[in-house]
Amino acid sequence: MKTEGKNETGGTEGIRELVIPGELLSEKDMQPGTGTYQEDDGKIYANQLGIKSVRDKFISVIPLNGRYNPRVNDTVIGKVIDVASSTWLFDINSPYPAPLHVTETPWRIDFGDTGRYLNVGDVVLLRVSEVDETKKVQVSMRGPGLRKLTGGAIIEISPPKIPRVIGKNASMISVIQKYTNCKLHVGQNGRIWIDGSIEKIEKVIEVVKKIEKEAHTVGLTESITKYLSVGEKT
Amino acid sequence: MGGKSDIKLINEDGTRIDGRRENELRPIKIETGVLERADGSAYIEWGKNKVLAAVYGPREAHPRHLQNPTRAIVQCKYNMAAFSVSDRKRPGPDRRSVEISKVISEAIECVTFTERFPRTSIDVYIEVLQADAGTRCAGLTVASVALADAGIPMRDLIPACAAGKVDGHVVLDLCKEEDNFGEADLPMAIIPHSGKIILMQMDGNLSVAEFNKATSMLFKALGTINDLQKAALRKKYSPTFEQTETTGGE
Amino acid sequence: MEEIVADIKKDYIYHLAETGKRVDNREFDEVRPIKIETGVVSSAEGSARVKLGSTDVLVGIKMSVGEPFPDTPNSGVLTTNAEMIPMASPTFESGPPSKDAIELARVVDRGIRESESIDLEKLCITPGEKVWILFIDTHILDYGGNLIDAAAIGAISALKTTTVPSSTILPGTENFQLPVNHLPIACTVAKFGNYMVVDPGLDEELIADARLTVTTDEHGNIRAMQKGLSGSFTLDEVEKIVKLSSHIGKEIRKKLPE
Repeated sequence: MKTEGKNETGGTEGIRELVIPGELLSEKDMQPGTGTYQEDDGKIYANQLGIKSVRDKFISVIPLNGRYNPRVNDTVIGKVIDVASSTWLFDINSPYPAPLHVTETPWRIDFGDTGRYLNVGDVVLLRVSEVDETKKVQVSMRGPGLRKLTGGAIIEISPPKIPRVIGKNASMISVIQKYTNCKLHVGQNGRIWIDGSIEKIEKVIEVVKKIEKEAHTVGLTESITKYLSVGEKT
Repeated sequence: MGGKSDIKLINEDGTRIDGRRENELRPIKIETGVLERADGSAYIEWGKNKVLAAVYGPREAHPRHLQNPTRAIVQCKYNMAAFSVSDRKRPGPDRRSVEISKVISEAIECVTFTERFPRTSIDVYIEVLQADAGTRCAGLTVASVALADAGIPMRDLIPACAAGKVDGHVVLDLCKEEDNFGEADLPMAIIPHSGKIILMQMDGNLSVAEFNKATSMLFKALGTINDLQKAALRKKYSPTFEQTETTGGE
Repeated sequence: MEEIVADIKKDYIYHLAETGKRVDNREFDEVRPIKIETGVVSSAEGSARVKLGSTDVLVGIKMSVGEPFPDTPNSGVLTTNAEMIPMASPTFESGPPSKDAIELARVVDRGIRESESIDLEKLCITPGEKVWILFIDTHILDYGGNLIDAAAIGAISALKTTTVPSSTILPGTENFQLPVNHLPIACTVAKFGNYMVVDPGLDEELIADARLTVTTDEHGNIRAMQKGLSGSFTLDEVEKIVKLSSHIGKEIRKKLPE
């Protein structure tokens, strides 16, 4: 399947092609990017279901689905699932739960007092501070804007679709915030926190679900803008 | 396998009990993304087989002691629903299900980039809702589509199919009667772009020549099945894709 | 394995409820769209697949011949089982039926048995020796909240379209349609705080304090009830739920297969 159109992934070519694991992407002279692998004979194949993207000498595949793979400095939205004497354990929608140590918070906490600050079920805006070779992940609350989130609503979508919610140069997220008067905090791990009035929050959830469903299509920012502005007039 | 029967499994003109030619597949239809909670899922109707597959993962490996510090483990659980067979099957794993789960897990592990996810488990569930021989091949075929749907990095999809011997003839894709009263059963799965074999079992009696005929039939059929897998994945994102099912044929 | 609900999610559901709304825009007394397909598994004597919102359940009916229980020599045997298979939810584990699965099976069974939907004496072949054994196997495929109601609809739909395979056991006889005399429908209400909602979706079920299932027949009589979770109901609330269940039962009954 090929569709002509603007490649919103920043490639130098404009074709949006769906590829399947095992599909041959290039015979020679190219370098394998994410979502691909290379055999000894130089051939490059897709290793995930996704959209083929070519940039200079690199061929990669933007996956359409998959759990969140933690990367250092990503902003993520985590949910506390366990509390210990000097750490909390967070579910960050990844195969790996992430511990937060008391020293990585803005508070001075006595040993054993952790439950007074954050408890099971709390939702926090975090930064991934460390990922080692065995994928042991650590998170931190040290950083601008990182804090416990309250009120509003949370929605979860497939992590590879998050860039579409943000849009090129934050175009999509600006459109959503403008038309709904809501504030969005987007976690790279597929979670989005929405703050605003109840009616507008419902609208945002509707729009985000629509983006998730149509993430692989072309001209999404335009169609979402249209969708939101029509809703406003009625 | 190899029970006595008065049924004539192959006619003089070479047609089989269900009207197929010796190298003809049963009709196959595959659908992707049929469940909401699973990370990936797919459904297949293969002849009278109806099999559902779902994937969760990579996720934390449970029980903990099975964790591997350098890569993900693949845990496949193949199960037949109580109502999937003529004589109701008692719920719960039996020895046959455990063996099938094992060989399927191993095939999946072979193509999956497990090194990327140390200490996790990729859980694959295969549920046979209606059985008519060839369920392990249908199960692996549909499981690999579910894995792709879940975004698990893999070298390739995994088409699987069985061949066998019936009334002295080597035939492709045995149906239930052929499986019960035939003389051999050979399920196989490959990595399509390299042709490497990652699942192979056999029971019965085959001469080397018969075995070669069977594998040659299988390689051809597996190409067709792989095309159907790819089409099923494309269909989810592009509603205008052409052929997504076969009505039988090579 | 328990699923931890984010506080924000719980608060959002409560805020919506304060304005009279639910997460999926339903009324408090509205059931999700129901899709019923029968005859979906030919290896079973009867089968039905039910989609209730995103909850997806497959029920198969298998019949075989066996001995009756010694204290009911003229009665067929009815057995209900539920499999909450791990593919349906990240929280379902492999292994023998959990207490939730056992409760689910028993509640569905109670509705059918107590409403005498199946005349077990009609399933007698030779008194004291041979009777029909009827298995209701419920397979949960996708957990999106409210398994009981979905499973109950599946069970009665499957039973209604079951053919008793008499010709295979008693040569010279013909297969016949299983006679179903009554149509019990289960209706579950979840309570969180002071709000009560019918046919809880997944998120509502995860934050619920209490749950009440009422199974009614076509006359509006109560045939089975089950209160679940560790919260409580006032008598007034129970009476409201009973009235609502009878009304909803009537609506859902119209959607059953012929």
